[in-house]
Amino acid sequence: MAVDRRKFLRLTGLAALGVAAKPIGILAQEDIPAEISGKLPQENPLTAKRWAMVVDLEKCRDHENIKDCAAACHRVHNVPEFDNPKDEIKWMWEEDFRHAFHEQEIEHLPEKFEYTKVPLLCNHCDNPPCVRVCPTGSTWKRESDGIVMMDWHRCIGCRYCIAACPYGSRSFNWRDPRPFIKETTPEFPTRMRGVVEKCTFCEERLAQGQIPACVEAAKNDAIAFGDLEDPNSKVRELLRERYSIRRKPGLGTHPEVYYLL
Amino acid sequence: MYDAGKVIVGLVIFLALLTFPTWYNVATGKATYVPELEKAVKGDQCVADTEYMRAEHMDLLNEWRDKVVRDGERIHTAPDGTKYNMSLTMTCLDCHSNKANFCDKCHDYLSVDPYCYDCHIIPEVTK
Amino acid sequence: MIEKALSGDKRYWSWVGFLAFAIGVGTLAWFRQYELGLTITGLSRDVTWGFYIAQFTFMVGVAASAVMLVLPYYLHDNKSFGKITILGEFVAVGSCIVCMLFIFVDMGMPFRTPNVFIYASPNSVMFWDTVVLFGYLVLNVIIGWTVLGAERKQLPPPKWVKPLIILSIPWAISIHTVTAFLYSGLAARPFWMTAVLAPRFLASAFSAGPALIIILCLILRKVASFDVSKEALQKLAVIMTYAMCINVFLVLMEVFTAVYSSMPEHMAHFEYLFLGLDGKNALAPFMWVSSILAVVTLILLLNPKTRRNESILAFACVALFVSLWIDKGMAMIVTGYIPNVMGVVHEYMPTLPELLITVGVYSIGALIVTILYKVALTVKKNVA
Ligand code: HEC
Ligand code: HEC
Ligand code: HEC
Repeated sequence: MAVDRRKFLRLTGLAALGVAAKPIGILAQEDIPAEISGKLPQENPLTAKRWAMVVDLEKCRDHENIKDCAAACHRVHNVPEFDNPKDEIKWMWEEDFRHAFHEQEIEHLPEKFEYTKVPLLCNHCDNPPCVRVCPTGSTWKRESDGIVMMDWHRCIGCRYCIAACPYGSRSFNWRDPRPFIKETTPEFPTRMRGVVEKCTFCEERLAQGQIPACVEAAKNDAIAFGDLEDPNSKVRELLRERYSIRRKPGLGTHPEVYYLL
Repeated sequence: MYDAGKVIVGLVIFLALLTFPTWYNVATGKATYVPELEKAVKGDQCVADTEYMRAEHMDLLNEWRDKVVRDGERIHTAPDGTKYNMSLTMTCLDCHSNKANFCDKCHDYLSVDPYCYDCHIIPEVTK
Repeated sequence: MIEKALSGDKRYWSWVGFLAFAIGVGTLAWFRQYELGLTITGLSRDVTWGFYIAQFTFMVGVAASAVMLVLPYYLHDNKSFGKITILGEFVAVGSCIVCMLFIFVDMGMPFRTPNVFIYASPNSVMFWDTVVLFGYLVLNVIIGWTVLGAERKQLPPPKWVKPLIILSIPWAISIHTVTAFLYSGLAARPFWMTAVLAPRFLASAFSAGPALIIILCLILRKVASFDVSKEALQKLAVIMTYAMCINVFLVLMEVFTAVYSSMPEHMAHFEYLFLGLDGKNALAPFMWVSSILAVVTLILLLNPKTRRNESILAFACVALFVSLWIDKGMAMIVTGYIPNVMGVVHEYMPTLPELLITVGVYSIGALIVTILYKVALTVKKNVA
């Protein structure tokens, strides 16, 4: 449809414009070298074969810590904050241990976990059901590093991915988010009413050589981030030393966010 | 088709209505009027030659979008070797920060309304 | 032929006017939804599919059920169905359009729906569902219109439609199977993840659909002196009865599996449906009504004496339709989300704008079916 309209416009208005625009063509102005426009991204982005996250639940008893991580994420990605929980959008949030690991049907929980808030986010599954169901390829697993990506330009807002996600990691924009964004970060686009969104492991920051915002904000190294395929990485070291669990591993999704007990 | 006549008359009327704006523009001479565009505030050359930009910038933007979002490539190297960050707001609107008198002026004239800014944030200086 | 829909009595026009009014109201409500977003519905972060998708699912079934008229006539040469197969095909046309509209109004970005074809993703069941639904619509439009056109000229239908008609039979099965696969392939939603979902969808469709056709025939007999034979109605009623038996049987299978195995994530949904969970039970009263109606209709329909009485049959059809509509058009979809993936119960209730849009969409379907029926009946009358 868009193409037809474009062709049509080109044939009519633009054709005339193209001929006539020559004389008023924009002239060169000052002699500013072109490189300065649009700060170039770092030439040395962070890369990995398989990004993964390891959350140390021991360090999540400090609720402020987790809250700060989520706030940092929501700030850099312009995630709105709604008064009505029905409209809620969350990329990272905290949940009681019992709810986060609901499939464990926990009877007796050590007291320390009763007070633990578990930070939840997209698990960037190795076998992501949301990707399988998406009818437009708006969400896909990046082959190079395993990140489950989002293309907000394609999403039709059918919410099939939300039905398929066993972790509740995806949110839908029930209404225009802009009025509910406290302070906007101009570098990252907002979303608009009608599309689905979720955490992207700060794919845009990795490209600039920065670690994810939540990892950066976490105190006491509560969250580690690294390459799961690299045996010497921090995440592998932690997983070697401590016992870890993942959410709903029985579903075969292979979540790549690990929680250390 | 026993009422083919009616159908054809209907089609003709429909086509006439559809193409009305064109006829109207031709008749009133409006199509030859061109909005006065302000110069870019930076640089002496666009990311591609002006002719190409004028006609194809939407395709270029689509290409940039797909490269960044889908292929993870962020740097565009122009034929002259200049490197650009493939970003709508941080690159295009950096040079064309006079958006209102540049992009919008032309778009308004052609009644194109790119919906990009429902999400992409127009930089402060540009507003 | 379509001009035959332009002449009718006062009753016809007041019905059309009423539908047009309902469509107008629904359209206005939709404009509001388009402007403000789906926030004006009862949907939430936890229950993300609701009334629209449920109606879509239900109507795919009604569309598929046309096959219950086509199959006896064309495969078993059952002459008594000759007169009414066209009614089934036209109901299928209306239902397919209604289904597409329900998907359309449910989309966050409705004008991006062409993306489903531009970026066709064969790994997505939704892609296939769109394809088969479109195909089914096209098939039924072609078949219905050609057969009726031939009848008008008092000729046998052209030879090339016969293969299309035969094709439409497995195609009808496929649309509802694929619709069931939308849900039953999701490990995240244990309530839907059951192999019996597709057969159950088909069984409920093949009883709700014929029930609707019987009701329509009885109405047409009154308002348009359409002389549908008693025999055809009875045959349809038998089909509907057996399909309903199978449906109830399959539901009981599901309940048994969930309850006897006692797996919490399977049982929780049934508990919510029939008893309520965490003190929340908005759907329970509806489910009990649905169950009671199902039992009552089965008693009335299985007994030949009551089934042959056309007034009782009419009542049974309405009751059966309501029972299945509650089950599929209200409960089936949202219960997949209640409790949510973290075991928390957040309920869902449609809002007024949502209901107005729903009524609007149904009215569009009703208007299409009305017009097509008007044409079909006028043609048949002129020929007779
Ligand atoms: C380095 C600064 C710079 C950047 C970055 C830049 N432009 Fe330009 N652009 C210019 C200049 C200077 C001209 C005028 C060139 C001329 O007149 O020959 C121009 C011309 C154009 C024109 C043609 C206007 C006409 O005369 O009809 C369009 C359209 C355009 N730019 C769009 C864009 C878009 C879209 C982007 C981002 C992809 C972009 N520009 C990025 C500097 C820039
Ligand atoms: C010389 C006139 C002109 C100028 C200047 C111009 N545009 Fe355009 N723009 C057009 C035309 C013509 C279209 C085509 C409309 C269509 O395809 O429907 C268009 C389309 C677009 C589209 C695609 C919209 C759609 O609906 O597909 C985008 C995005 C866009 N322009 C961005 C820009 C930006 C950013 C600038 C300023 C940096 C700019 N344009 C300056 C004429 C112009
Ligand atoms: C629904 C919201 C939305 C709309 C509408 C939208 N974008 Fe984007 N766009 C985004 C987001 C979010 C990103 C960043 C993705 C990332 O970095 O992973 C992005 C990134 C981009 C990028 C690359 C990075 C950058 O900073 O520019 C380009 C180019 C782009 N969009 C072009 C467009 C154009 C052109 C339009 C209008 C035709 C458009 N977008 C409309 C949300 C949107």
